[in-house]
Amino acid sequence: MDTLNPDAYESVRRALSRERRRIRLARIRRNAGLQAGAVLFLFFVLMALAGPFLVSHDPAEMKVTDRLLPPSAEHWLGTDEFGRDLLARIVYGSRVSIGTGLSVALAASAAGLVIGLYASYYKTLDHILMRICDGLYAIPGILLAIALMAALGASVTNVIVALSVVYTPGIARIVRSAALSVRGQTFIEALEVQGAGATRIIWRHIMPNTLSPLIVQATFVFAEAIISEAALSFLGVGIPAPDPSWGNILQAGKLVIFKAWWMVVFPGIAIVLTVLGLNLLGDGLRDHLDPRLSGNRR
Amino acid sequence: MAAYVAKRLLSLIPVLFVVSVAIFLIIHITPGDPASSILGMEATEEEIARLNAELGLDRPIAEQYVRWVAGLFRGDLGDSIFMRMPVSQAIAEHIGPTLSLALLAELFALVLAIPFGVLAAWKRGSLADYALMGATLLGMAVPSFLLGLLLMLAFGVKLGWLPVAGYKPLSAGLAEHLKFLILPAVSLGAIQAALIARMTRASVLDILNLPFVRTARSKGLGEAKVVGKHALRNALLPILTVIGQTFGTLVTGAVVVESIFNIPGLGQLILNSIERRDYAVIQGVVLIVTLIYVAINLIVDLLYGAVDPRVRLDKR
Repeated sequence: MDTLNPDAYESVRRALSRERRRIRLARIRRNAGLQAGAVLFLFFVLMALAGPFLVSHDPAEMKVTDRLLPPSAEHWLGTDEFGRDLLARIVYGSRVSIGTGLSVALAASAAGLVIGLYASYYKTLDHILMRICDGLYAIPGILLAIALMAALGASVTNVIVALSVVYTPGIARIVRSAALSVRGQTFIEALEVQGAGATRIIWRHIMPNTLSPLIVQATFVFAEAIISEAALSFLGVGIPAPDPSWGNILQAGKLVIFKAWWMVVFPGIAIVLTVLGLNLLGDGLRDHLDPRLSGNRR
Repeated sequence: MAAYVAKRLLSLIPVLFVVSVAIFLIIHITPGDPASSILGMEATEEEIARLNAELGLDRPIAEQYVRWVAGLFRGDLGDSIFMRMPVSQAIAEHIGPTLSLALLAELFALVLAIPFGVLAAWKRGSLADYALMGATLLGMAVPSFLLGLLLMLAFGVKLGWLPVAGYKPLSAGLAEHLKFLILPAVSLGAIQAALIARMTRASVLDILNLPFVRTARSKGLGEAKVVGKHALRNALLPILTVIGQTFGTLVTGAVVVESIFNIPGLGQLILNSIERRDYAVIQGVVLIVTLIYVAINLIVDLLYGAVDPRVRLDKR
């Protein structure tokens, strides 16, 4: 074997890695749900990022003479009850709604990861943390969020805080169960015998094995957080006017439902497509990262 | 079985303890003290102190918690400052519409989901299966309050077939009661229908792969009997679990949907209480709905254990 010429070795190695990449891409290409979800979701993310350059109207500019105009060439999606351009408000609202969803997904994932990992490693801590999680989990999510918002007051930051509290226990449970299945394996025992510290074992050896289920769950939390934010803002305890969010545009739309269908239909479409995209993405990621987890395919 | 019931009941104690602490603490995370936010900017120091004393907020926090929990055991949820009545009475007056709405939504979800779920499993891989599963994906992406608005727009505003909003109690006659509840129930039940249909499909598919189904087929039973009788009956257990869980979700969801259709249920009560900063009512409603939710899950677990010995003998 040592007679093998280094160049030939290098080219074989490169061919192998090319092949591996090809297989991975082929698996993604066969996963139609993953692709459709990614495309749908990216569309809205791009809209949120590029928004200010896309729309010619100021989302806050009021014009009394333009109140509740139906969709037209000037206002593609019509105007709201203050004569503000609806397209501009939905585009700017996507920054708030998607931004809130993302923040909640990140915050709940980080907190859930830490709680789940440490609970899986220390038995006493596990009992305490899991009882707290069980308790919080028993309170219906939207009600807990409503109550927290009632206490904290309506603002973007408080919506993120309240929803993160709501979604952390679920993520902690999933991380914990993934971590527990690794915890009992021989290589962890071997590491302990070798004298590896707890921090090192938890973060270097257990944590990477919890990432797949965590990423999948975070995607679903992202979607649910967008719905919950919209629900809270719709109920008037979420993101306060005049900042646009998809939820509070709908809240305003409800009041003028007899006169302006576009105020309900267009923000509604934005919510549904974003959430659908994230759900497809989550399902697709689950199939891709761990086919065994897939529930509906057999 | 008795041991299983006891174990299940004991496991509720820590959960209920955490629930009570969490709900109790909600009022205490309010920035500033509740009394001054209830009374507003113009309140004098004495007025604030008096209200704090009236609410018992001037005592140590542990004592407040113990008093609150002791009250709960006597069925005393505190008093509504704004409505000047016990919270339990306010809840009793508003719980009817919420339960009525949740029940009707469950009924709608079941009638729609189980036949379609069985059909999708039976005709797996067919166009009908794909169409149904696509519809459930869409159904799960439409939040109930949005569906409610869209249905209101279509059937209430544009077509005028059903009332746009409002509520008539059962005493006004069943037809009248239902007329006002159809749109809210459909918007609330749609997501559950999607979930139950997916669960039904998955669980019937599991059964259809088992040898006894092959036996049933090979002895010459018709497809309708094989699927409808043998497969569905054995697939019912997981389906029942989902139904139990979704009913809890429906009670919660009703709280949100009510506000769209102006139904005077618990949802309206809690939202009005937020505006009035009536914290005792907020705590009471969250607590009662959580208890309903926990109780339903308990009943489902116990039924499950009664029907399937493997569940109650599982050492976990």
